[in-house]
Parts: sequence; C-alpha cells; structure tokens
Amino acid sequence: MKGVAPILATVTLLATVPLITSSNVVLNFLVMALLIALVGQGWNLLGGYGGQYSFGHAAFFGTGAYVTAVLQMQYGVNAWMGFVIGIAAGAVVGALTGAVSFRSGLKGSYFALITLAFAEVLRIIASVTPITGAGVGTLIKLDLRPEAFQFQSRVPFYWIILAMVGISMILMRLIEDSRFGAYLVAVRENEDAARALGVDATRVKLGAMTISAAIAAAGGCFYAQYFLFIDAGIAYGPWISIEALLAPIIGGIGTVFGPLLGALVVKTLGELAKLMTGGAPGLDLVIYGGVLIVVVAFAPRGIAGIVSDMRRRFYRTPPPGENGRG
Amino acid sequence: MLSSVILIPAVLNGLMTGAVYALIALGLTLIYGVLHIINFAHGALLTAAMFAAFFAHQWLGLDPYIAAIGLTPIFFGLGYGLQRFIIGPAAHGEDRNILLVTLGLAVVIENALLYAFRADTRTINLPYAFNVIEVGSAFLAVPRVIAFVVVIAVAIALWLIMRWTDTGKAIRAVAKEKLGAELSGIDVAHIYAVTFGLGTACLAIAACLLLPTYYVNPTAGNAFVLIAFTIVVLGGMGSVTGALIGGLFVGVVESMSGLYLGESLGQIGIFVMFILVLLFRPSGLLGERT
Repeated sequence: MKGVAPILATVTLLATVPLITSSNVVLNFLVMALLIALVGQGWNLLGGYGGQYSFGHAAFFGTGAYVTAVLQMQYGVNAWMGFVIGIAAGAVVGALTGAVSFRSGLKGSYFALITLAFAEVLRIIASVTPITGAGVGTLIKLDLRPEAFQFQSRVPFYWIILAMVGISMILMRLIEDSRFGAYLVAVRENEDAARALGVDATRVKLGAMTISAAIAAAGGCFYAQYFLFIDAGIAYGPWISIEALLAPIIGGIGTVFGPLLGALVVKTLGELAKLMTGGAPGLDLVIYGGVLIVVVAFAPRGIAGIVSDMRRRFYRTPPPGENGRG
Repeated sequence: MLSSVILIPAVLNGLMTGAVYALIALGLTLIYGVLHIINFAHGALLTAAMFAAFFAHQWLGLDPYIAAIGLTPIFFGLGYGLQRFIIGPAAHGEDRNILLVTLGLAVVIENALLYAFRADTRTINLPYAFNVIEVGSAFLAVPRVIAFVVVIAVAIALWLIMRWTDTGKAIRAVAKEKLGAELSGIDVAHIYAVTFGLGTACLAIAACLLLPTYYVNPTAGNAFVLIAFTIVVLGGMGSVTGALIGGLFVGVVESMSGLYLGESLGQIGIFVMFILVLLFRPSGLLGERT
C-alpha cells in the first residue's frame, strides 16, 4: 500500500526508544505527546479533512475516560472490555451530537460553538452526578496486572499508545485513498458543489464525526488507565479540546503526519516552558496560544507545509500557483 | 405558586443581572454583526478588564465606577489594536482562521493572567456594596441598580453613535455591504478595528459594573461569556436590540430558575437553552429564518 511504509518506519523507529533509554521522564513525555497525537488524529479527520472545526472534542475524550473508569469501578467490568465499550460510547456521543448539529445545518462558528456547549454540558453533568464521583472524581483501583490493563513499568503503556497512533495513521492513509475520503475533502472545499454532484454531505460529515469521536474516546480510555484518576475538569475540560486541535494545526492540518509532528512540537514547547518557570501554571498554554496564532498567520499548512515547501525548493519545482515565476 | 411578594423582587433582580449580561452580549453581537465572526476571546478580555478594574482599586484606590472612565478608552484601544494588528492580518480573511486566532488569543490572555496572578479568587470591599434600596416590596442592591442604569445609558449612547456619527454610519455600511463600503472609500480595516474596539470597551464597562459585587480570577469571564453567547444566539446574531432584550430575558430566566430549581441546575438550564436555540432557531428568536 502506498504511503503506509513511512508510517510503519516512523512507528518502528519510535518503538525502539525504550530500548535506548529507561528514563521515566522521557517515556512519560512521549506517552503524553502520543496521547495528544492520537486525539489530534481524531480532530484532524473531522477538522482537517472535513473542514468542520470542533472546539469540544473533550466531549468524546471524556466520555471514553469516564465509561472505562465507571464500568470498572461500579460494575466490575474487565478493563480491556471497558476500553472497547469506552470507544464505542465515544462514537455514539459523536454520532448523536453530529446528527443534531449537522441536521440543523450548523457549520463554521456555529458548529464550533455547539461542540463547545456539548462538552460544557457534559462537564457540568459529570461534576454533579454521583456515578462519576461528582466533584471528587473517579479513582481506578490499583491492580498491576496486564489483564487489568495496568503495568509495572511505563514501557507497555508506551508501546500501546504508539500502536494506537500507528493504527490511526494507517486508518487516515486508507481514508485518504477511499471514496469516503474524497467525499469528505470535497465537502470541506465546497459543500454546495459536493451536494450538487450527489455527495450526501450530511452523511459524510456524520461518518467523519463518528470515527473522529471514537479515536478521541480511545485517547480518553487510555488516559484513564494510565493515570488511574479522572475528574470532570480533566475528562471534559477545555484543555484537551484545545490540544486536540493545536497538534494537527501546528503539525499540518489535513495530513497523516501532522498530528504526530504537532503533538511532539507542542509538548516540547510545553516542557521547555515548565523548565524555564519551574512549573508555574499558565506559561505553557500562553506559548501554545501564541504558537497557534503564529502558525495560522505565517504557516497555514503547519510544519508539514514548511517541509514540503522546502523539499519543493530543493528539487527546484515551482510550487503550484507560481508557475513561470521561478 | 409563589406570591408576588417573592416573584416581583426575583423578576426585578433578574432584570438587574440581565442588564450586565446584555452589555457583554452587546459587545459580542456588535463584533459579530460587522465582522461576521464569533469572538472566542470575549471571555478572556472580560477577565482582563475585571483584573484591570481590580488593580485600579488595589493600587490606585480608584472606585470601579471611576475606573470605568479610564478603562473604557484603554480597552477600546486594546480591542482596536488586537483586530488591526493581530486578528485581521493573521486570519487572511478566512473565517476558519479567525476562529482559531480568537481562540488562540483567549488561551494566551487567560493563561497570562493565570501565570501573573495565580488562580486565587480576589474581591474588593466597597462600603456601599451591600446597601439596598426599597422599591415597593423589593429590596435591590445599590450596585445592581447602578449597573442597570449605566447599561441603559451605554446602550442609548451606542445607538446614538451608530445612528448619527459618520463612524457609526460607516460601521453600518460595512456591516451591510463590505465591498460596496470599500468602493465608496470607507477604510474597512479601520472600521473593523473600531467595531472590535467598541465591543471590547463594552467589556471594560461591564467589568467595572460587576466588580463591586463579583469576584475575579483568571477564568471569571468565561461564565459570563457562555451566557452572552446564549443571549446573542437567542436575540439573533448581530442584533443590538436582540442582545438587550435577550440579556434581560436570560437574567429573569436565571433568577426564576434559581428560585425554583436551585443554583447548580440553573447553570445547566442556560446551556440547554443555548443548544436548543442553536439547533432550532440559529438565526435567533427575533431574527428571520435563513
């Protein structure tokens, strides 16, 4: 399959990191970066390929996290089973919110607003409902067995999240080449024209939102297992909605590698900020916001765009739209 | 059913609270009506204004109502600069980009405040903050009555500006027909920035009206802005009258649902109303159907 080889090469390369270093700091950093890359992959399908900017992917991330945690603690469901159900629950929330939003014809700012509102409603509900532990949050009991999706070291977690990112990247690659992917890009570029050519735009967007939500929920499930604690602010808070869109936009919106690149850059910047300020809250996010504005202003196609521009210059082929000026 | 002795004060208090909501929504709807963008930085700018009013009191000993006289032009300038030098150039005229740039600004402002002042919640003590005046059977807090009067005055002033000044006419022209306005010699970038400045100046006034009875922390503005979004959608995006009526209406609804359902559910009520309005009447209850 065309284009899968670079993904496999990247994943294999990253998979060797624990063989080189056993530093928990490094692994923890990479796990968080990959988690953001995964949720960013989800956002990228809907926002990057489909052009529907969600400001509330926390709704799906949080649903995945809470379903995994609550099923284990309240109903004694096996962690792996909980993981799968969590992803399915996220997909259902995505399909439902997508159905009501797209059927009402919400797009652009309105879509961003309503996704934000859904995430906030879920956050408020989670912070008052007894089953989610209300304001206190939910702890997953320590049970360090692989059957319980808990491990002594961070290495298995690292490989699992890396595999999930790899699978999501291959999935994006397959979608890019599929009819569905072509429809999705057509809807992004010009929804009316796509409709006129017989594309069922609402259904295409709904499909993208469902898959997108499932991927974000997978990130939430992983978060719950990794940290063994969630509360309403973590699960449904705006931080994850922002990082989910930051990673693909900085890395390269609508590209397979964008979210991974962006997540690594964002997390590196965040760590640098923490080092400089000794962990005072706020500064990392100030930098994220600033970078977001700078990227939108000067590099709308993100790092992937800069790289492809440089490659084009190297091979001396004029970029599209500037023919004859080179 | 509750008797009028309880009901009337609840309605009156709701109107007073709603007035400040209306002012915040007025800024939002003004920007939307002219620039056709949703300003996601509105909440962060309100928080910034509240901090400014707080420190004007703390360091300079200025009463918030006095501070408003200085802060309003400062925030007008701030809004003007943000639109003229950051949002406008960075967005390249694309709606999706504007969304992201205002979101980025919100993240920067909110977290810069968090970094500078920590998450502490601060309040100021004013001698008159708990004074009340009696209207019929209702006792109304003095700061709320002042807020109500000021908001009405600001709304009238805005209306006069829009109606009678050249700038106001230019703003209305750009809102209606951007290209036509540009062709007749109106500097659209300048008008955009003026509008954004006016919207931000509304926030400075709102912050000064809120501070005597409210607290400030780095996320204080967000609660109000979600309400303001609801009001703006309810009243029709871009409609100034809609924002005023919507603001007062939401204030009363909140006060009533607080009376019947309790505080925490009242918060959800606003969101649910917001989602329902977005789904069924995205052009607003007063706006025309698209």
